[in-house]
Amino acid sequence: MAGSTTNFPNVQRIRDMVRNDLASLLDSFKGKKDLVLDTELMKPLDRVAGATMLKQRNLLKQRHVDKIFKLDPTQKSIHGCEQRVYLVRPQMTTMKVIADHVNSDRSSNIKREYRIIMVPRKLHVCEMILEHEGVMGYITIHELQMDLIPLDRDILSLELPQFFRSFYLDSDHTWIQTIAKSLINIQALCGIIPNVYGIGKGSKMVNDLMKNILGEKLSGPDYSKCDIGNLILIDRDIDFVTPLCSQLTYEGLLDDTFGISCGYIEFGKDVTGKDQSTKLLLSSEDQIFDEVRNRHFSNVFEYLSSKAKSLQTEFDQRHGLESVGDTKDFVATKLRGLKAQKAALSHHIGACEVILGKKTKGEFEEYLQTEHSLLEGTALRENMTFIEELINKQSSMIQTLKLLCLLSLTLDGIPARDYKSLKKQYCQSHGFEQMLTFYNLSKLGMITDQELTTIQPATSLGKVTSSMAAMTKHSSFKSLCRRLALIPKTDDINLKSPTDMSYVFSGAYSPLSCKLVEQALTRETFIGMEEITKHLPGGVFAEVNAKQSKGKMPSSLPPSSKVVLVYFLGGCTYSEISALRFLGRLKGYRFLVATTSIITGTSLLEQVVEKPPI
Amino acid sequence: MATADWNPLGDVYLRKTELYSMGWADIVDLNKFVAVASCQYGGPIALLRDDAQTARVQVSTKPVITTYTAAGYQIGQMRWNSGQIVKMGWTVTEDLLCVQDDGVVLVYDFFLNFKRTFGLGQEAKDVKVIDCQIFNSFQGTGIAILTSTFRIFIINSVDDPRIRRLAEVPGLQTEPSSWTIINLDRQSRALVAKGKELYLIDHGGQFQYQSPQISAEVNEYVMMSVSYSNKYLAMFTDSGVIWIGSSDLQKCYCEFNTKSPQCPQQLAWCGSGAVVAMWDKIMLVVGPDKDWIKFQFDSPVHLTQEDDGLRIIQNYQHEFLHKVPDVTEKIFKIGSMEPGAMLYEANREFMKGSQKADEYVRMIKDKLDIAVDQCIQASGHELEPTKQKQLLRAASFGKCFLTDYNPQAFVDMCQMLRVLNQVRNHAIGIPLTYTQLEKLTTTVLIDRLVLRKFFAYAIKISQYLKIPEAEGSSRILAHWACYKVKQKNQDDEVIARAIAQKLGDTPGVSYSEVANEALECGREELAIRLLDYEPRAAHQVPLLMKMHKDQIALSKAIESGDTDLVYTVLLRLKESMTQGDFLMSIRSMPISYSLFLQYCRQQNPKLLEDLYYQEDNFIEEGNCKVMRSFIDERLDDRTETLNQAIKCYQKGRHDFVIKQTEDQIKLLKYQRRLEEEFNRPYMDLSLHQTIYRLTVENNFKVSEQLRKEFKIPDRRYWWIKIQALAEAGEWVELDKFSRNKKPPVGMEAFVEVCAKHHNVNEAMKYMSRVSPEQKVRCLVKVGNKKAAADTAFENRNEEELNFVLSKCGHSDRQLVESIKSMKQQLGLKR
Repeated sequence: MAGSTTNFPNVQRIRDMVRNDLASLLDSFKGKKDLVLDTELMKPLDRVAGATMLKQRNLLKQRHVDKIFKLDPTQKSIHGCEQRVYLVRPQMTTMKVIADHVNSDRSSNIKREYRIIMVPRKLHVCEMILEHEGVMGYITIHELQMDLIPLDRDILSLELPQFFRSFYLDSDHTWIQTIAKSLINIQALCGIIPNVYGIGKGSKMVNDLMKNILGEKLSGPDYSKCDIGNLILIDRDIDFVTPLCSQLTYEGLLDDTFGISCGYIEFGKDVTGKDQSTKLLLSSEDQIFDEVRNRHFSNVFEYLSSKAKSLQTEFDQRHGLESVGDTKDFVATKLRGLKAQKAALSHHIGACEVILGKKTKGEFEEYLQTEHSLLEGTALRENMTFIEELINKQSSMIQTLKLLCLLSLTLDGIPARDYKSLKKQYCQSHGFEQMLTFYNLSKLGMITDQELTTIQPATSLGKVTSSMAAMTKHSSFKSLCRRLALIPKTDDINLKSPTDMSYVFSGAYSPLSCKLVEQALTRETFIGMEEITKHLPGGVFAEVNAKQSKGKMPSSLPPSSKVVLVYFLGGCTYSEISALRFLGRLKGYRFLVATTSIITGTSLLEQVVEKPPI
Repeated sequence: MATADWNPLGDVYLRKTELYSMGWADIVDLNKFVAVASCQYGGPIALLRDDAQTARVQVSTKPVITTYTAAGYQIGQMRWNSGQIVKMGWTVTEDLLCVQDDGVVLVYDFFLNFKRTFGLGQEAKDVKVIDCQIFNSFQGTGIAILTSTFRIFIINSVDDPRIRRLAEVPGLQTEPSSWTIINLDRQSRALVAKGKELYLIDHGGQFQYQSPQISAEVNEYVMMSVSYSNKYLAMFTDSGVIWIGSSDLQKCYCEFNTKSPQCPQQLAWCGSGAVVAMWDKIMLVVGPDKDWIKFQFDSPVHLTQEDDGLRIIQNYQHEFLHKVPDVTEKIFKIGSMEPGAMLYEANREFMKGSQKADEYVRMIKDKLDIAVDQCIQASGHELEPTKQKQLLRAASFGKCFLTDYNPQAFVDMCQMLRVLNQVRNHAIGIPLTYTQLEKLTTTVLIDRLVLRKFFAYAIKISQYLKIPEAEGSSRILAHWACYKVKQKNQDDEVIARAIAQKLGDTPGVSYSEVANEALECGREELAIRLLDYEPRAAHQVPLLMKMHKDQIALSKAIESGDTDLVYTVLLRLKESMTQGDFLMSIRSMPISYSLFLQYCRQQNPKLLEDLYYQEDNFIEEGNCKVMRSFIDERLDDRTETLNQAIKCYQKGRHDFVIKQTEDQIKLLKYQRRLEEEFNRPYMDLSLHQTIYRLTVENNFKVSEQLRKEFKIPDRRYWWIKIQALAEAGEWVELDKFSRNKKPPVGMEAFVEVCAKHHNVNEAMKYMSRVSPEQKVRCLVKVGNKKAAADTAFENRNEEELNFVLSKCGHSDRQLVESIKSMKQQLGLKR
């Protein structure tokens, strides 16, 4: 990670662009104004602009905004000055809330000017709803193309977690265009990317749409000035296994345990030891964090304690200070940095303790064991019993569901009888509405009925024997494992200084998505990988316009060819990012990760779980 | 001699040169036409022939309008079917205006294709128009009409016909003897002659009495003419005097007595230097200093004022009368010693190979740059290519002696002349002078070529002049394509292909515009074909919707990947069709279908159910109903909705789901009953939670009942009960339960729950009954690592020892040591 950043695209430029756009858009509304923020947009906006910037005075000594409100769907009206600006995602429900606000103001004879800024673009449907509600006449609609938000120097996120459900479950293509536009934006900054690989149907759509839109603008792309050499688009639905596995890298564990949102993490009392909770921004700026984020958890504490010791010695220097000048120097230069490091360190140590406390409990260990044995495909009966036990004990609904999904995914579906009984028990434990969740999961292919999925030529044979036969047969996950060597043969993976990507899951499994990225980059084509690609739903494509020097080609290719943008449609986990960073170090690539949102297995499933409407 | 056709008029010269010998020679006799209108800037000529008016015998044929190029080639003809034409004229954009006596103005292009029509107000319609003038206003082309009530109405622009009524002339009882429109200071005013009185009237209701300086006796001003620049005015009096002065009537340049009692047919200005009066075949040119020239023609002529001269249209010839430009005069005037003249001479000698060339050049050595400039400028004013060449050669020759002369002017002139010579060609027939082109600009010239359908010429010129593609060739191509789609005799396919071939993917050409044009011509098929070439779906879709090709629009919108477009079409479809038809039509397109589902999901859940129903998607329909059941408040409604869902599932034979839903109904009913009985909320808990809650609340009987009713497996029931009892702190009950029968979950479950609730004492009670294999784990769970280690040692199980070891933290140093020694002992014994 510490390498030079000369050719690596500076993602902060994207942030600056959005920030300027927002500022000038707000300034174009003359006079005093209040800002009403969509809760979904608060954190992303914080990363881009921040409340201080919004409240700052601009060149004309005018405040960008006067007051900032949070858009609360339960609130029927809000106070404020004559001009109100809503900064929202274009969602139908949000539009209704706004319409309510306007109508309530109308009925109490308050006159205001309303503006809606839709992020990242306005949707016709939203305008229609406003029209239906009869408030279109009082509202002006604007757009702010804030798509990818830099979360770190190598992570970009659309912060659109709803993409997963709307695209894969409801086949709503609305956000495909936003993804395509965001790629165009990047390419406007960093040059046209010569090599594009895609895995999955969404990737294909994005690429087609991107070419369609770009085709209007330019002909005969110029690849000479590109900062990014390769683009790899990956659909989440080709690899559900990876996000469902428990994360074991430090950053992944933080996300799993505390939840990281838009790069911010909130530590409660258990970590800080104080009454207030602390909000911390996790990024490579934080030296200590940068050092441990990608590590397997077992090596984190060790580093932190050694760091603590070295910090202590540095602190102790102050006792050895002799002259007044030295002391002054120490206070002026070092002390502040040391104090900041100390604070960060104490947070990380606190977090480690909490994680350790949770993860070393017997339950989690058994859980992890089951998970890994599912991946290996061994001890099927025991695993099922364990899952059943979890259901019966009514342990965490989502955790159990994760195992159920893994069970189905690794087996190409759960044998019909077990499926029914597990489903029934699950519903008894967690409520009838989970029936619908199972339906959603089967639509996504995350939990399926083996009988329905595997086409058996001899279905007339006894059902029990056929399903038993299917169990022993190689599932598509198995064959992917074998062909891509996802499950390392050796048990001893060096977790301290890893040599294999699988270290992120304690050597039990290498993320499929990242393995596919590796394959695409080294082969530069998908031809000859039919045995692998036939198991990936949605198909693959490769458009290679600049081959890397293999033999004949003169090595005049720009160094950018080693910069790879990996775009996850439907979200990616921190473990995958760590695996890619590892791959980069190993093979000399530099990865920039873009995603629709950063997910964990839990947040992924929460998108799919049905909740009864209130 | 260069000066052979120069006619002196005072101290300037007038030159009459032939532009064309007319293409209509021997076909057209201007005598036979009741109206002739010629457009400025070398534009087309329109002729109106009305046999009914001219023939000696009564005929009932309709009038005929014919348009010609300036070179006399016919471009359009039509029979006039509307009312009485009062006046014909051209707009600055080369549209033909026909003003009828009822105030209706019809606008045609010069191929006489009808473009549009507008009226000049109710009053004009009621009382009839008796006279009309078409003039250049500051906003374009204006029309002024004189009604039979002697009121004048004007519009300043035919593109934006806002009618203004001018002030009344006091005491005007008869038709004014003459009137004209004067455009000064961005205002159009009319100068009206009531006998010998002159009034200037404007639309603000003001009139000004004018009294020009005039010495001759005047009874009436019978004719007046304003110069092209609107600065000068000429008036003809009944006594045969031509008064020439400024248009504000403040200055009089001269009064010229023609001694003609007869009023001339035409009175016009030649540029701004001379007034031309035309009597039948005699043309009199009068200068501001009473100098005059007389020309005799052998046929009637029509005069057209230009900025820099006067065009004279005759039966056989088209001539141009203009003042010899100063620079030309300087070069060619006999005996001129101007540098330009010297250089021109020098070049001539040089061509002859005479050494005199050197002498001439020496004479103007210091002024050579002026000489070159003069030659370049003069070449622009020549119409004859040979003369242009001579002058340019002279300039080029002079240039050779100059070291730091900027050649741009020379290059520009060569280019312009090339263009001018091209468009002056007979075949095109736009006799523009250099001065006129400078005013008109090349862009407008290209537009005019495009209007005349000289697309290839236009493209060549714009390429030659290096006009950027977007405003040059691609614009022309778009026009061409628009013209092409109007050719009705050609097959759609052929045209579409031809257009696509030419246009290719030229930047800046919008196929949708062309398609729109095709649509306006009523060629839907062609429009659709053309739209296929349009790369931007956003442009295709609105047009397709305009054509009511909603299905195609929908598929195009889908292709575009822009869901917004899809929604636009979908919602429009939804409004324009019956629901059934609509649903049927979107079924075939999965993308639009799922988008619509998404819309319904949030906007209209009922419609969503209908959709699934129509699709026979029973499970989804049932799921919708299940979701809906959660909203229903009353139990009866809920069960009703769930029963409906069951019906749906039955249709799809989803037996498993049916069973689950039935169980849910059953559970709901139970929960309602329990709520009533215990006055505590149970609704919406899962079965598990219900039993758990009941157990915690000590209602063992009911929970047992539920267990039987729902056939809950033993293991689960035990787990529920153990956990619930532990939570309730019913340790005695728990103990009793453990002795009930052999627990299917094993004794370790009891240990686990006790440990969870931090009751180590209770946990230890069960320890003795835990199976030996589980004992170590249980002890660890309780937190008694020491005992665990001992047990493991007793079991002689190294694995178990390792397990305990892995649980040891920093605080357990002693234990770690002892485990290590235990392991050693085990190892030794083996």
